[in-house]
Amino acid sequence: MKITDKLIPGKANLEVYCDTLMELASNDSNILTVTSDSRGSGKLIPFAEKFPKQIVEVGIAEQNLVGVSAGLASTGKKVFAASPGCFLSTRALEQIKNDVAYSNYPVNLVGISSGVSYGALSTTHHSLHDVAALRAINNITIVVPADNFETKETIKAAAASTKPFYIKFGKKNMPHLHAKNDRFEIGKASTIIDGNDVAFIACGETVLPAVEAAKMLKKDGIKARVISMHTIKPLDTESILKSAEECKAVITVEEHSINGGLGEACASTIIEAGLFVPFKRMGIPDEETVAGSQNEIFEHYGISASGLSIVAKSLLR
Amino acid sequence: MREYTNMELQIKSVKYRISVLKYIKMANTGHTGGSLSCIDILNVLYNDVLNVFPENFSDPDRDRYIQSKGHAVEALYVVLADRGFYSESDLETLCKYKSPYVGHPTRKVNGIEFNTGALGHGLPISAGIALAGKKDNKSYRVFTLIGDGELAEGSNWEAAMMAAHYKLNNLIAILDHNALQITGRTDEVCSPYPIVDKWKAFGWNVALVEGHNISALRKILNKTPIASEKPALIIADTVKGKGVSYMENEKKWHHGVPSDEEYELAIKELEAKLN
Repeated sequence: MKITDKLIPGKANLEVYCDTLMELASNDSNILTVTSDSRGSGKLIPFAEKFPKQIVEVGIAEQNLVGVSAGLASTGKKVFAASPGCFLSTRALEQIKNDVAYSNYPVNLVGISSGVSYGALSTTHHSLHDVAALRAINNITIVVPADNFETKETIKAAAASTKPFYIKFGKKNMPHLHAKNDRFEIGKASTIIDGNDVAFIACGETVLPAVEAAKMLKKDGIKARVISMHTIKPLDTESILKSAEECKAVITVEEHSINGGLGEACASTIIEAGLFVPFKRMGIPDEETVAGSQNEIFEHYGISASGLSIVAKSLLR
Repeated sequence: MREYTNMELQIKSVKYRISVLKYIKMANTGHTGGSLSCIDILNVLYNDVLNVFPENFSDPDRDRYIQSKGHAVEALYVVLADRGFYSESDLETLCKYKSPYVGHPTRKVNGIEFNTGALGHGLPISAGIALAGKKDNKSYRVFTLIGDGELAEGSNWEAAMMAAHYKLNNLIAILDHNALQITGRTDEVCSPYPIVDKWKAFGWNVALVEGHNISALRKILNKTPIASEKPALIIADTVKGKGVSYMENEKKWHHGVPSDEEYELAIKELEAKLN
C-alpha cells in the first residue's frame, strides 16, 4: 500500500479463517475442523452449521484435541485444530511436539484469540509465549497473519501443505493492508510500506500500529518501512538483512513476550550476519501484563502509532 | 496371514524374549521388564490379529497399532523384524549413533505409525484414527498398548471420555497390567484402582485376560469389536520381566541391563524352554 492510502476496514481475521475453511470444505470432504468447546470463540459456528460432518468436538480437553487431530491427520484428513492460543500452545505443547511435529503429521493448529486479545481476562488467557515455545520445536511452520488477505492465503497454504502449521489470530477487525495484486508466500515477508529511514518488522495485529506509526513519522519527514513478517518460522532472513542494510534502524513489533519471539529471531539473524544497526524489540516485557483491553495493553507498552514513533525517533537520533 | 498353532506362537514368544535381551545387552540400554511383560500381547497381535504386513503398510484399510507405552520398544522392534518389516540384524544398531532404532518408537522404522514414548499419547491418537475410520466407513480396528503406571496421565482420561462419546467400538486399548512402574508397585506409587470400575464408568467395555496365555489372548483380541457401541479396554494381567525368573516382578529390571553372567543365566533359562 502507499503510505498516503486510507485504511479500508476489513473483518476479523478469525472470520476470514472460517470463510476460507468453508470455501475449502465445500470442495473437499477431508477438511475437518476439531474444536475444544471453542467453535464460538473461534467464529466457527457458520462452519459447524454448514458442515456438521466435518467438525469434531472433543470438549475442553486440549491435549486430546491435538492427539486426536494427529490421529485424524495420519489417515489423510486435512485437520484444522482450533483452540485459544493460550491453552493450545501450553497445555498441549507435548502433543504438538510429539504427535504432530516429531511424528510429522500435517495438523494445522489454530491459536484463536491469541496474544492479549482476551485483554482484561488477563494472564491465564493471554498467549505471549506461544511463538517462543514453538520456535524451539523442529518441523512446524509458524504464521501470524496481519490482515484478511494474509489470513486467507495462509489457510489455503496450510490446507495444501503436508507439514504441520501453527497459525495465530487475534479477534480485532483488521483493515486491508495489502494491495489487490499482492502476492503471498509462506516464508516470504510482505513489504506493506517502503521506506529507508527506519524499518518496522511486525507480525499479526501489530502490523497496524506499525503502519499508523509510519504515517505519523512521515509528517516529520521520516520514511518508515513496514514489513509484515507473517511467517516466523521459517524466517525470511533475506528480508530482515535487507532492512538492516538499507535502513538506519530496525524495530520489531509483536503481540508476544519480547523474549523468544520475532524480535529475538530478527536480532540473532542480524548479529550472525555481522551487521550492526540500532535495534529495539517492542512487545510485552518480562513482567505481569498490565490489566486492560487489548488496545490499552498495546498503548501501555508502546505498541501504538505514538509509542512506535517515539522509539523510532530515539533510535534515529 | 499364516495360521500358527498356539505352540508355535509360544515358541515365538520365547525366541522374541531371547532377541529382546540380546539387543538390549548389545545396546547396553533398554526397557527390559516392560518389553518382556508385553511381548506375548505383541506376538498375538502381529501374528494372529492385525492385518498389517510390510506389503500393505500404506493401505488405508490396514488395522493400526499404536504403542503408547513406547519405552517397551525393544519388544516391538523384535516382533516387527520377525514380521518382515526389516532384517533382525538391523537391531544390532539399537540405540547406537545415527541408528533409526532409537529407544522409543519412531516412524523412521518401517512398520511404526507414530513417534511415541511420552506417556498418555497413544489413546488420543488412536481415538483420532478410530474416529476417522468411523467417518470413512472403514472396517479397520485400532489397537493401542498402554501401561498401568501410564494411567496417571490425564490425557488418557480425556481420550477415554471422548472415545465413549463417539462410540468408537473400533478402538481397543490393551492395558499391560504388570502392576509395577519405575518407582515401585503401581498401587503404592499412585493407585489407578479400581481400574475396571473407572473405565466402565467412562462408558467402556472392559474385559480381562491372562496376558501371557497365548490361547486366551488370541480369543479375546480376535473378538473385536467386543461391544457394539463402546470402545474396549482389555486388561491383560502380566508379569514384569516375564520369562526370566530373577527379573520377574522386580522393579530394578524396569530398565535394567543384565551383566554378562546375568545375561548368560537368562538366555540359558529361556533356551531351556525351547527344548
